[in-house]
Amino acid sequence: MSKQPTRVTVNGKAHARIVESRLTLADFLRHELGLTGTHLGCEHGVCGACTVLVDGHSTRACLMFAVQANGCEVTTVEGLTPDGGLSVLQQAFVDNHGLQCGFCTPGMLVTLTELLRENPSPSEDEVREALTGNLCRCTGYAGIVKAALDAAQRLRGGQGG
Amino acid sequence: MKPAPFDYHAPRQLKEAAELLATLPNAKILAGGQSLVPMMNFRYVVADHLVDLGGIADLRGIAVVDGWLRIGAMMRQRELETAPEIAQHCPLLAEALRHVGHRQTRNRGTIGGSLAHADPAAELPAVCAAYDAVVHVASVRGIRQVAFADFSTGFMATALEPDEMIAAIDLPVWRQGHGHGFHEFARRHGDFALAGAAALLDVGAGNVVRRAALALCGVAVSPVRVEAAEARLVGQPLDSTLIRSAAAAAWLVEPVSDIHAGAEYRRHLAQVLSARALTDAARRAGVDVPSIV
Amino acid sequence: MGAKHFGARVTRLEDPALLSGRGRFVDDMKLSGVLHACFVRSPYAHARLLDIDAKPALAIPGVHAVIAANDLPDPMRSEAMPMLLPNPSISALCTQHVLARAEVYYVGQPVAVVIADTRYIAEDAAAAVAVHYDALPAVGDCRAAIEEGAPRAHAALGSNVLSTFQLAYGDVDAVFANAPHIFEDELWQHRGGGMAIETRAVLASHDAATDMLTVWSGTQTPHIGRRMLADLLGRELESIRMIAPDVGGGFGPKAIFYPEEAVIPAAALKLGRPVKWIEDRREHFLCATQERDQYWSIAIAVDAEAKILGVRGRMLHDSGAFVPWGIIMPYIAAATVPGPYVIPAYQLDTMVVLTNKVPTTPVRGAGRPQAVFAMERLLDRVARELQLDRAEVRRRNFIQPEQMPYEVGLLFRDGKPLIYDSGDYPKGQATALADADYESFRERQRAALDEGRFIGIGLGNYVEGTGLGPFEGVTVRVMPSGKVAVATGATNQGQGTRTTLSQIVAEQVGCRLEDIVMTIGDTGAIAQGVGAFASRQAVNAGNSALLAGQSVRAQLVALAARVLGVKESDIDLDNGQAIAETGNKPMIGFGELARLAQGIPGVSLPAGQAAGLEHTAYYTPQQAAYCSGTHVVEVEVDAMTGGVKILRYTVAHDSGRVINPLIVDGQVQGGVAHGIGNALFEWMQYDENAQPLTTSFADYLIPMATDVPTCAIAHVETVNPLNPLGVKGAGEGGTIPAAAAIIGAIEDALSPFDVHFAETPLTPERIVAALRAAGAYEKLFAA
Repeated sequence: MSKQPTRVTVNGKAHARIVESRLTLADFLRHELGLTGTHLGCEHGVCGACTVLVDGHSTRACLMFAVQANGCEVTTVEGLTPDGGLSVLQQAFVDNHGLQCGFCTPGMLVTLTELLRENPSPSEDEVREALTGNLCRCTGYAGIVKAALDAAQRLRGGQGG
Repeated sequence: MKPAPFDYHAPRQLKEAAELLATLPNAKILAGGQSLVPMMNFRYVVADHLVDLGGIADLRGIAVVDGWLRIGAMMRQRELETAPEIAQHCPLLAEALRHVGHRQTRNRGTIGGSLAHADPAAELPAVCAAYDAVVHVASVRGIRQVAFADFSTGFMATALEPDEMIAAIDLPVWRQGHGHGFHEFARRHGDFALAGAAALLDVGAGNVVRRAALALCGVAVSPVRVEAAEARLVGQPLDSTLIRSAAAAAWLVEPVSDIHAGAEYRRHLAQVLSARALTDAARRAGVDVPSIV
Repeated sequence: MGAKHFGARVTRLEDPALLSGRGRFVDDMKLSGVLHACFVRSPYAHARLLDIDAKPALAIPGVHAVIAANDLPDPMRSEAMPMLLPNPSISALCTQHVLARAEVYYVGQPVAVVIADTRYIAEDAAAAVAVHYDALPAVGDCRAAIEEGAPRAHAALGSNVLSTFQLAYGDVDAVFANAPHIFEDELWQHRGGGMAIETRAVLASHDAATDMLTVWSGTQTPHIGRRMLADLLGRELESIRMIAPDVGGGFGPKAIFYPEEAVIPAAALKLGRPVKWIEDRREHFLCATQERDQYWSIAIAVDAEAKILGVRGRMLHDSGAFVPWGIIMPYIAAATVPGPYVIPAYQLDTMVVLTNKVPTTPVRGAGRPQAVFAMERLLDRVARELQLDRAEVRRRNFIQPEQMPYEVGLLFRDGKPLIYDSGDYPKGQATALADADYESFRERQRAALDEGRFIGIGLGNYVEGTGLGPFEGVTVRVMPSGKVAVATGATNQGQGTRTTLSQIVAEQVGCRLEDIVMTIGDTGAIAQGVGAFASRQAVNAGNSALLAGQSVRAQLVALAARVLGVKESDIDLDNGQAIAETGNKPMIGFGELARLAQGIPGVSLPAGQAAGLEHTAYYTPQQAAYCSGTHVVEVEVDAMTGGVKILRYTVAHDSGRVINPLIVDGQVQGGVAHGIGNALFEWMQYDENAQPLTTSFADYLIPMATDVPTCAIAHVETVNPLNPLGVKGAGEGGTIPAAAAIIGAIEDALSPFDVHFAETPLTPERIVAALRAAGAYEKLFAA
């Protein structure tokens, strides 16, 4: 059984494939489905660049196999992007210089999507703590934290920061 | 860093999983995968078969049974972190969980996986040591109970036979009003603890300690119950001097030395963190003690 | 014309694609028929390479080839890689072969490459390649490397000392013989890496029909890469195109040309199919170049008023097993020590040493953090010994703004005299101190001490040469569509190159930002280029963009005036239109002008009109542009665990005129994060046999969101008088003084115990050990 069928719903679309058991969810998304927004930074579960939502929970796609995702709903950064525009969170990243090279960014967006869903009014400390599973080497995190707090405020109905 | 090839199995029943583990050569259990899969990606671990326990309903659930909290081995750490039963009956576990990895690893990582992996720095084995947890172990031979003191056998080693899996963990519910404390020191948030202390105190009339448990993670090759500290506490009136004396007993532990920290530093941390954990436990048990360290 | 784009906090053009997962990093590119590579690497730090048996690997289904040194084409088969920056003081030309030949010199050195259908299979096969080695003694520490009888890092070289050089001016011996006070220290900073979140990546494809070899590489320097590849393959430069697409962070290590960047194209040529190699993180830990790793023994002579009389010392620089970038970093470090201070006499003797570790090449800061660490810690020592405030000691020794341009007395690494062009160091420090509420800190410290908390403050100053030559070109061309095409050899790994250059071009040419179509990092788009390192792009490419934009502006104005029948001085350019400011304000769009500028076949152009509306400018700076700054850091130390928390971080930063404050602030903040990593966390550890001990993100700690506070950043803009834009570089200043300021703050916090630290990263364990030795725990437990 080193090749197995798996049926994964990604960004609302169902995909049935036969894959090697050892194919990671990250590689499945990137190369099987061509969704290259999810990145690989370490493949040992520390940097968070590969973070996606699995059944709504932030998950390291490098530590999961595509066959494990059978029957699951996966959301990637592409699924967080509205047609023809940017989400409130994404726009907040633009306005607050929340990215530089952009490699860690999809993982950041996914983690923050989960955070803001669970906690619509996070403090700065809560944002920072939530982001410890996502490493950034470019920004020094300030712009990301600002963007998160700005987005939280906008989503609650406040004016943009 | 791609893993070597393996066959993947996803049993739906405990019995099926047991049979697979008994018959497949070089098979490994896939629980949360947060410890196993990195090792497979590095090819430090090469398995011919992976048995994924994620689809077995019998391995999940939280229930209070005769003064014990029974937790299914495949409960995700994040589920336990937010479960009201845990917060209510085993608050030490709830507190320790906040230090375990990061939210992404807690979303997948399981309590059974953490205990079976037995990393010396892991928080959950130390919590189970403090509680004198009972581990339910399943195989084709049935289910056996293992006291945690017998379960943890050495550096990343447990009493599990190659074809056995953890089915559930029982934690005793301490008397209402008991105090708990957990302190660890890690280089960054969510990193493995260089040292950590888990404390439980049951305090009676006159602030006399009726029952005490102090367990350390990260200091030795496996979690350590500091029985010398507990002996100093039980039967004595609880104050900061007693806590200082109990924490000093942590000095007697034989610490390990590795690339992350040396033995002397770990021993120092064991003392400091024991004092802090016991202080928190005392306060939560209703005894107002000043901080020593 | 008022500045519309220049100096504005323009949000970045790069962002929308990157945010929506539409970035194009090397691994995102799909080429039909692509094969995947995995390198076989030496597990030994030093060994003779005996033989390679590829048969077990070739037997695995899906494996197409196993390529070792002898399978490579000439000249790369037998010639070592070119050295980019030779220097007469280097005793032996010391660069790698792209695949090892008879000897391997560091763990991870590439020995062979497997090409297979997938990376998964390639890794299976790489594990099956049987390589036989004869282990040789390895040298793992540069101090051990210079001892009598030390193992030789290279069997063929008689000594591990690659170069010795001295930077000096003034009569240092006389100064030290007569000085009222002399203070000495031994300091060291350990190895760290750039550690971009995207690892290295190479994709190569040869088109047989055109004989064009196209290579996409996650590099900071595609033009340099193309030249190196042309040399190693023996191909014409014009038959190679190297492209740096989206690159996930650079920080220095990606400015080097690596063996893999030559081997993968060679494999593509050999197999007639595209080949892709995506480095994994373990390889990156072993093989991506690193930096810091210097040992300093340094002394300062001062008079009774704390005026510096002289500085002298020795520095030992660990170069690793090779010197792909010559001796640039130790040289920069040696030239950076004087900093913003008047130092009448100076002498530093540097020894560059080979060890069996991966080579050291510039990582953000490029030797300057070590120099600043040495100088600033010495000044703290002067302050403590003479019982003066640390900021006051520095104030007494600053070069004053009226002394600019200031000739330091040394040659910089660009071969020119080290002359600071501009800067106001007293103002920078004063600004940072005021913003950090430095004056009131002692009160805060006393109040905290009463609560049993140990807080401290530290500061550090630096001067940094940026904007190094030789050039970075920009082409600006107005297209018949009305859009403005821009091409540059500048590259982008996150610094917002597209946005900042667009701001400059739009400002000059009078078009909208969104009408600029820019090609960066592509050797096919502009003939000459250098790339990103040493914070050089704003000065080089920025000024080229200015000059090219100015020229195109003049051409647009001239053509529009002719077409509209008005004087040139009546023409205004705005939003892609040329508008005559007289009469009924006729206008003509840039697109139409571009079409007119193409002329009509067979018809001469009017006198004085040039072909097209374009210009390529290669601005060439005459010397480095000198930035400066001051960092002030407040920390809290948990004296029981040694844990350090940074409470507050204040920066005053002079990088000349600021093109985009949003981007410059981002660079400073990001640089500070790296500096915090150097100070407290990042340490590439090796054992005495040069075996790497930190080979994953679990062992090598880079700062997390909970470790880096948001900095308060003040801009002190002293305009660079030497380039038309007045700009300086901004990429590394955030890192350079960070460790000095942070360690100083920790010492200050623990001043009740009088402990001294001279090493980074400063770990909690070291802090506790120092406190224990100082008897701190007896006092504390007695409380």
